[in-house]
Amino acid sequence: MSVRLAGPAELARHREGEVAARTAHQRVVAVCGGSGCRAQGAMDVLDALHAEIRAQGVDAAVSMRATGCHGFCERGPLVLLLPEGTLYQHVKVADAAEIVEKSLVGNEVLERLLCDDPATGLRHAREVDVPFYAHQQRIILADTGERDPTSIDDYIATGGYSALVRALEMGPEAVLEEVKLSGLRGRGGAGFPTGRKWEACRTAAGDLKYVVCNADEGDPGAFMDRSILEGNPHSVLEGMLIGALAMGAREGIVYVRQEYPLAVEHLGIALAQARERGLLGDGILGSDLSFDVRVSRGGGAFVCGEASAMMASLEGRRGVPRRRLIHLSERGLWGRPTNLNNVETWANVPHIVLRGADWYRSIGTEGSTGTKIFSLVGKVNNTGLVEVPMGTTLRDIVFGAGGGIPGGKAFKAVQTGGPSGGCLPASRLDVPVDFDTLVEEGSMMGSGGMIVMDEDTCMIDVAKYFLRFLAAESCGNCTSCREGLACLHDLLEDISEGRGTHETIILIEQLADAVESTSLCALGTSGVNPVLSTLRYFRSEYSAHVNERRCPAGVCKALITYSIDAEACTGCVLCARRCPENAISGEKKQPHTIDPELCIKCGICRDVCRYDAVLVQ
Amino acid sequence: MRCSAAGPGRPTVSETQTIDTGRVEAVLARYPRHDPGDLVNILHDLQAEFRYLPEEALRETAAHLELAPPQVYGVATFYHGFHTEPRGAHTCTVCTGTACHVRGAPRLLEQLERDTGIPAGGTAADLSLTVEEVGCVGACALGPLVVIDGEYHGHMTSERLTRLVGKLADSEEAS
Repeated sequence: MSVRLAGPAELARHREGEVAARTAHQRVVAVCGGSGCRAQGAMDVLDALHAEIRAQGVDAAVSMRATGCHGFCERGPLVLLLPEGTLYQHVKVADAAEIVEKSLVGNEVLERLLCDDPATGLRHAREVDVPFYAHQQRIILADTGERDPTSIDDYIATGGYSALVRALEMGPEAVLEEVKLSGLRGRGGAGFPTGRKWEACRTAAGDLKYVVCNADEGDPGAFMDRSILEGNPHSVLEGMLIGALAMGAREGIVYVRQEYPLAVEHLGIALAQARERGLLGDGILGSDLSFDVRVSRGGGAFVCGEASAMMASLEGRRGVPRRRLIHLSERGLWGRPTNLNNVETWANVPHIVLRGADWYRSIGTEGSTGTKIFSLVGKVNNTGLVEVPMGTTLRDIVFGAGGGIPGGKAFKAVQTGGPSGGCLPASRLDVPVDFDTLVEEGSMMGSGGMIVMDEDTCMIDVAKYFLRFLAAESCGNCTSCREGLACLHDLLEDISEGRGTHETIILIEQLADAVESTSLCALGTSGVNPVLSTLRYFRSEYSAHVNERRCPAGVCKALITYSIDAEACTGCVLCARRCPENAISGEKKQPHTIDPELCIKCGICRDVCRYDAVLVQ
Repeated sequence: MRCSAAGPGRPTVSETQTIDTGRVEAVLARYPRHDPGDLVNILHDLQAEFRYLPEEALRETAAHLELAPPQVYGVATFYHGFHTEPRGAHTCTVCTGTACHVRGAPRLLEQLERDTGIPAGGTAADLSLTVEEVGCVGACALGPLVVIDGEYHGHMTSERLTRLVGKLADSEEAS
C-alpha cells in the first residue's frame, strides 16, 4: 500500500489510521530481532510463536513482530508481551506452545522465563522492573523494543516524523537555535557541540551541501550505533532531515560499516519506505524541503571514522586523513560544505525538536546534556546496551544496570572510549561519566564502549591488545604513528614475555609522548592512551612483570605455568583428552599432572575443567 | 581439509585465473553514473560475486570509473574488508574485539590456527577454508564469538569450536 503523504495533515490522518489498526489487536508479542538475539535463534522463536498463535486460534487478537534490539543481549532471545510489559529471557522454540497457552490465551506469567537478577536472585515480571532496565533512562532506545524497524508505519504510529513537522513549522533558524540551546554534543567521540557545527555549515557559502551520518562504528566493544540503525533507522533519517532543513542541505549519505549487514538492510528498507511516503525526495510534506539519502558502505578501516578520512573514502580514495586547515563545514565532501554527525547524535535531534531544549538540558550535566548509550560488555553480569543520563557514575553503570562482576570475581578496571580511551581502576568508580571528566581522568567518552575487566584480565595484555589493533589500523601516513605504535606494541611484548626492564617502561613513556605530539590525526595522538592510562593506574602490575617476572592475572604465557590441583582433580580425563599436545597424563579417577615441557599454555584444560582443578601461577 | 597454509599476500593459486567478465559487467552496470565515489560499493559487490577481487575485475572497474588502475588497487588493498587473493569456500572468523578478547578469544583463534593449520588471514591450499579475525562485529554480549559463513555462534568454547570446524570439514568431504 503506497501512500504519499502530501502534507502534515495527511501525515496526521495516516497516523490516526495506523493507530486505529493497531488497537484492533489486544496483545502484542514483540520478539527482539537485533543481531544478538538473532544469533541465539530469535527468528526461529518468532516463527514458532506465530505457528502456535494460529494453532491455538488467537491470531485475531494477537499481533506479532520482530522488533529492534532490546539491549539485553546477554539474555536473548528476548520476548516482550504488551501491553503488560512482561519480559521473557532465553526463550526457546520449545517454549512457544506454553507461552501462547498460558500467557496469551490465559493471563499467567511463566516464572521460569523471567529475568533473574544475579545480585539478589529475584525474578521480575515486567521489563521496567528488571534491574538492568530500572537503572536506565531510555530516550533514544525507548521504543526500539516495541517497533518493527522494517515498518515506517510502526514508526509513524508511535509519533514518528512529528518532529520533522514541528521543525518545518519552526523554520531553519529556530531549529538551529534549539539544537544550540540543547547543548547536544557529538556522540561519536570528540564531543563537539552539534549546534555550532550545524551553524558553520549553514553559513558556509555554496548551493550544494551534504549531511553525512557516521555509522562506521569502529571501536571494538561498541555496538550502540549498530542497534539504533538496525532497530530504529527512521529516527536517524528524521534527525538527518531536520539537519538538512537547518543547514540547507539537499543530499545525505550514511557511511555504514560493512560488518553490519542487518543495519545496511534495515536502512535500505527505511529509505525506500520514506521515499514512497514522500518523506524523502522533492517537496517533503508539501514544503520547500528537498532531501534524499544514499548509503555508502565502508571497507573495514578503523581510521575512516576520522572525518577527513571518511570524506576520502566517500570520494573513492584510500581513507587517509588530511590536515584540516579548513573545516569540513566549509570544504568537505567533493570540496563542498559538509556536516558530519554520528548515528546516536542524529537520533537525539528529533527528541530535542519535539520536546524542546529546556527539557533536554534538564537531563545530564551542565557541560554534557542528555543521555548517552553505553555498550556494557566484558566481565560483567548484565551485558548489553545501557542508556543513562550523562553524569551517571561508573559504579552505577557497572554495578547498577550491569549487576556487577560474574563468578564472584573482583572488579579490576573499566575501559572506556575505544582503542583511544583508557582503563579506569576501582578507585575511579565514583567518577561521573561525562565528556570532560573522563578526559581529566586520562580516558575519554569515545563512542560509548565500556568494557569491564576483572582480576583475570592482565592490563599489560590489554594495552598490548589495543596497540596491536591500532598499529594494524594506522593508515601509514605519519611515521610517528605507523612506526611508533608498532614499536610501543613490541616494547609491551617485551614486558609480557619477561624481557622487560625498568628502562623498557621509561622508553615506552618517552615514545608515547613522541607519538602523541607528532601524529596528524587522533588515531596516533590518542592511540597512546591505553598504555599511558594503564601505566598511570596499574603501575604495580607493570612492576610485577618487570621486577618479579610474574603476571598477576595469569595471562602472559611466558610468565605462567599450568598445574593441576591434586585435591580438586577427580580424574575425569576430560583435560587429558582435550590437550592438543598430550601434555596431561594420569589414570582414570586419579589426579592428573601436566608436563611443563610439553605444555604450550593454550589454556584449553582450564576451560574444560569442571572442578576448577587447573591452576595458573 | 588438510591445509598447507599461505599467509595473506602470498598467492595460493595461479594469478592467471580466468574470470567471467560478463559477471563483472553486470555489477558495473548497477553503477551507471561512472562516479568514483561508488568505488568502495562496487568493490563490495564484486567481492560478493567472486568472494575476492580478481585483478581483471579491478582493471575493468578502473576503466568504468575512468580511474588509474593503481588507484583502484590502492583502495582495494587499503581496506581490511577486501581480498585480492582467492578465498576459501568456507570462512571461519574469530571476533577479536575487546569484549571477546577479555573473554578468551585469543585462545580460540590459536586453537583454530592449530587445528586447521591455517594462520589467521590465510586460506587452505585447496580453497576449502579461510581463517580470519575481525576487529568487532558488535555482538559483544555473545562473546567470545565465532562467525562461520556469516552465521554468528556466541559464547564459544574450545569444545564447540572443534565440533563446528569438524562439521565444516565433513560437509566439504561430502560435497
